Amino acid sequence: MSIELKRVSKRFVDNVVLDGVDFFVAEGETVALLGPSGVGKSVLLKHIIGLIKPDSGEVWVDGQLVPMLGRKELAALRSRIGYVFQNGALFDSMDVFENIRLGITDEKQYADKDYCIQRVKECLRLVNLPEEVGRKFPSELSGGMRKRVGISRAIAGKPTYLLYDEPTSGLDPVNADVIDSLIERLQQEIGVTSVVVTHDVRGAFRVADRIALLSKAKIRAVGTAEEIIASKDPVVQQFLERDLEMAVIQANEGNVEPGAGSP
Amino acid sequence: MSAFTAALDLRRYVGRWSLRSASHAGRFFFMLLDLVRGILEWRVWLPRTMQQTIAVGYGSMFIVLLVAGFAGAVTSLQAGYQFTGQLPLYVAGGIISESMILELGPVLTGLILAGRIGARYAAELGSMRVTEQIDALESLGRSPVTHLLLPRILAGIIAIPALVMLANAFGIVVGYITAQSSLGLTYADFEFGARYFFRPLDLWYSLVKSYAFAGAVTIIPCYIGFNTQQGAEGVGRATTQAVVAASVTVLMLDTILTKLILGTAK
Repeated sequence: MSIELKRVSKRFVDNVVLDGVDFFVAEGETVALLGPSGVGKSVLLKHIIGLIKPDSGEVWVDGQLVPMLGRKELAALRSRIGYVFQNGALFDSMDVFENIRLGITDEKQYADKDYCIQRVKECLRLVNLPEEVGRKFPSELSGGMRKRVGISRAIAGKPTYLLYDEPTSGLDPVNADVIDSLIERLQQEIGVTSVVVTHDVRGAFRVADRIALLSKAKIRAVGTAEEIIASKDPVVQQFLERDLEMAVIQANEGNVEPGAGSP
Repeated sequence: MSAFTAALDLRRYVGRWSLRSASHAGRFFFMLLDLVRGILEWRVWLPRTMQQTIAVGYGSMFIVLLVAGFAGAVTSLQAGYQFTGQLPLYVAGGIISESMILELGPVLTGLILAGRIGARYAAELGSMRVTEQIDALESLGRSPVTHLLLPRILAGIIAIPALVMLANAFGIVVGYITAQSSLGLTYADFEFGARYFFRPLDLWYSLVKSYAFAGAVTIIPCYIGFNTQQGAEGVGRATTQAVVAASVTVLMLDTILTKLILGTAK
């Protein structure tokens, strides 16, 4: 029940995005993958769910070699993985209820309307959204609500793995804090193995058991928050300092204190 | 030296073009394979096909009938201009009905729908691709082919031949009304002319063309929209490409089918 990438390399035309990357997430663990924007964090995450195939190397999830899986095996594996997309990726022609319902990956449960109604309500409650939101369309939601609906859809199928792609990007510090609390709470309530891709250092330190830093197509450092802070690697230190500066600027611009409650 | 550079550039250009074409051919083939495989998952595509058929069929009916009506009227007026006083009037009945069934009904409908349905499909799927909705569907273990492509293609294959037959009939009716008012053509003469020149093969030919055009104006835009890249600009480019490619394919298929079906008929 673990996720493991072994010497994974990926390039797009002349751009090497991943170069022999090794990455491991143990069962029940939450690992945050940090790195500046455009470094290839989302590409790594998409390898785990088989949306992108590596040029070389191995991707193991749940004891299965993902790039070698057939259509049906891959669909079965994906039904055990919840993926939270950067901008929600909600189906804009469907209301929130139908969006979350599509996350119920068991076909029998999906066909059972009563079960679906109960499950969608439960998922909305888990992400602190009222039931009435179910009748709205994605275009009627704020950025923070869209992210929460995206999380709802990802957990609707009761996954054993949750992959978050920049869950707090584009949000103000208050909303980012709400999402971080939500990730923490979901880990405690449903106990999934999670990978959180982010460039928000504070959020990563808060939600993750271990942190990995991706820089220049390689994993530069892996460890607990304390180990990362204590790292003497200049690249790691530079990244941490830059994020701290950004946090101060954001807090001053918004004139709010990070972590000041829900909207 | 410059000649050498030019030759090298040409080789690079041809090489890249060949690679891109081969890549498209491969992806198109695998999409067709996935469509065939997806037929088995009828529980997924059947309800969505119904919705799409209603949207495509009803939605396109007005413009298709409008174009067919004008085509029938113009054919009638031109037949009058060309033949009055030189050929018996009933010939106009044959010209109007045969022109509509053989060419104007299927081709004009095909071209109109290449624009209307082609643009719609490419833009919808392209937007879904760039906003990661297609990736989201795949991440949920659901097939985008059975959820998105198959219903759209089947809807076109159901609705377009029906629209073509409607266009044929409406064009002929409008053509007759126009001929009656401008040429004084009687219903008896019109019917005689239409029956005199009509062969059952004509209707089959029209139907075969309508199915072929339905395939072209649905499968090509679906493929292009599904493989859209690079944001809003990419969606715009995909939509334009889809309409152009579908329209050109309609005209090419028209020529090929005419040669294959009518070229060998006696």
